Amino acid sequence: MIWSVAWRNIWRNKLRSAVIMMAIAIGIFASVFTWAFYRGMVDQRIQTAILTEASHIQVHHPDYLVNPDQKSRISGINHLVSGIDTLKGVKAVTKRILVNAMATSAETGSGVRIIGIDPDREKQVTNIYTKIKEGTYLEGGKRNPIVIGSELTEKLSVGLRTKVVLTLQAMDGTLTSGLFRVEGIYHTSNSAYDEMNVFVKYGDIAGLIGLDSLSGHEVAVLLADHGELGDITGKVRKQNPGLDTKTWKEIMPEVSMVEETMDISMYIFIGVVLVALIFGIINTMLMAILERVKELGMLMAVGMNKMRVFLMILLETVLLSFTGGIIGMLAGYFVTVLFYHKGINLSMFAEAYGKLGYETRVHPVPDLDIDLKVALMVLITGILAALYPAWKAIQLKPAEALHMDV
Amino acid sequence: MKVIEIKNLIKEYDDAEVKVKAINGVDLAIEEGEFTVIVGPSGSGKTTLLNLMGGLDKPTGGEININHTSIHDMSDSKLINFRLNNIGFVFQAYNLIPVLTARENIEFIMELQGRPRAERRKRSVELLEAVGLIERINSRPAKLSGGQQQRVAVARALASKPRFILADEPTANLDSASTQNLLDIMEALNHEEKMTFIFSTHDARVVRKAHRVITLEDGKIMSDVMQEHGEKQQ
Ligand SMILES: Nc1ncnc2c1ncn2[C@@H]1O[C@H](COP(=O)(O)OP(=O)(O)OP(=O)(O)O)[C@@H](O)[C@H]1O
Ligand SMILES: [Mg+2]
Repeated sequence: MIWSVAWRNIWRNKLRSAVIMMAIAIGIFASVFTWAFYRGMVDQRIQTAILTEASHIQVHHPDYLVNPDQKSRISGINHLVSGIDTLKGVKAVTKRILVNAMATSAETGSGVRIIGIDPDREKQVTNIYTKIKEGTYLEGGKRNPIVIGSELTEKLSVGLRTKVVLTLQAMDGTLTSGLFRVEGIYHTSNSAYDEMNVFVKYGDIAGLIGLDSLSGHEVAVLLADHGELGDITGKVRKQNPGLDTKTWKEIMPEVSMVEETMDISMYIFIGVVLVALIFGIINTMLMAILERVKELGMLMAVGMNKMRVFLMILLETVLLSFTGGIIGMLAGYFVTVLFYHKGINLSMFAEAYGKLGYETRVHPVPDLDIDLKVALMVLITGILAALYPAWKAIQLKPAEALHMDV
Repeated sequence: MKVIEIKNLIKEYDDAEVKVKAINGVDLAIEEGEFTVIVGPSGSGKTTLLNLMGGLDKPTGGEININHTSIHDMSDSKLINFRLNNIGFVFQAYNLIPVLTARENIEFIMELQGRPRAERRKRSVELLEAVGLIERINSRPAKLSGGQQQRVAVARALASKPRFILADEPTANLDSASTQNLLDIMEALNHEEKMTFIFSTHDARVVRKAHRVITLEDGKIMSDVMQEHGEKQQ
């Protein structure tokens, strides 16, 4: 019956209870939704980092990451690729040649990074081919095709089928250049990436710089399951002790850090919201107790012990807080689900976000696990907020309380 | 058999500069089945005495024994439990939990005592019948008149099967018809269930109903008389 009494007591002052419940609901709604929004943003960034940019694992010559010189090559790269391909849990593997070059059009020039790829294998590892806005992804038998990012087309003022000259250092140290034709233009959410990276065929660039066909600079690995990253990275390392194996987290520490700090920042955010709410709840409960001094005196007089009185006030506070919390959580959850499919357009801020590699349409991610954690935090808040009012209540002396003028 | 035995009871209040001896050397014994009223001018110590007998307040000196258990030196937490199982209370007002119905108010105290549900259901009906409010069983206090609320309070006081019921001016807020009605019910319960009642009042018509009249003045018993049922002696 004490539950029922506590619940009904909440509704004695409907307006006051409704106001504090709304405050809690709004606070929790904001927390849940912000978390989902943030999660959506970070998930997409990670998705892009893995599927477009870094893949899960990369293997290089140990000197390459220290000094990305084209001489730091992996020899017998085909053997390496097929070796990794046999590992369980590996979805696809591809090899690359990486060379820095100056790209010049008829108008102007720009520094670029040439990525020499095997298009068929590359398609299984990265999704750049899905980002082709115009033209094709190094298809067909034409000589020296090149795929460049949309940012670079603007910078060089070139378009499809325009000629671009790549000037670069050959393996023997001499300066060499090659004429390429723009056959495809891609556009990712990361404008800095688009400006920097151009794709050519593996054989074309190997021939241009005089690299033997059994060598390359980078091997990229895509896994079937994100969760097996540590496991498979270990196996690749074991398989290739002389080479440098890194996960995407090591290659893009800035993205990995955002993921790791996200939860902590959200706990702090919710913590601040709840601390603000706790004072409102305490105030509401103190008013409720002050109004009921005589009734509480009567209850203690007829034999309701302090533990039960304490429990009643505690239940009342927790039910009040939790009801508001549940309303906010459900609202947050449903709004999240609604926008999960539609996405939220951030194009007003798109430029800034795009430069950091974030999508301009964010799909907040509903996460019941997080919602349950928030519910737990609301519960704890309710209990903490109850302590002082409940303690005040049990300090009452029944004989005095009954005759108190309130 | 004595239900209450009080020896040389003293209660001083000294929160202001003045020391007030609200109860100043009271000796008193209440026998089982009595129907006793405490009268006296305002400030004579009626409420103080009832509070001490009910274990709601601690005396400055003297002894209070209830069924041979001394309560004047009992710890607060023990006292709450003792009150729950031994004493019924009817106050002038604020007797009931506003959010509970008449029946729930009666069952609440039995639940505090840990009585089984079936017993609570049965007894709450019996008691509401006894106080003539069976048709208001599911009404909340706000929907009941002052007199009806006090009748529910009497039923609630009886529900815990106490050794006696203390009532501090139970009729102070009632009109004369309701006062009469409440007193009739209390008297009937005294008669039929042998329930001991000790109550205070300023109302001469209430005094007339009592079997024993104790008059207080300045914290002392001035007179203690038995009166024939339904008559008043001076
Ligand atoms: N909590 C208290 N603090 C100080 N003095 C008190 C307190 N309670 C009662 N008194 C004093 O004790 C004396 C007895 O008061 P009490 O309330 O027992 O009188 P009463 O007979 O019940 O009066 P009334 O008929 O007005 O209800 C009074 O002088 C009163 O002022
Ligand atoms: Mg009084």
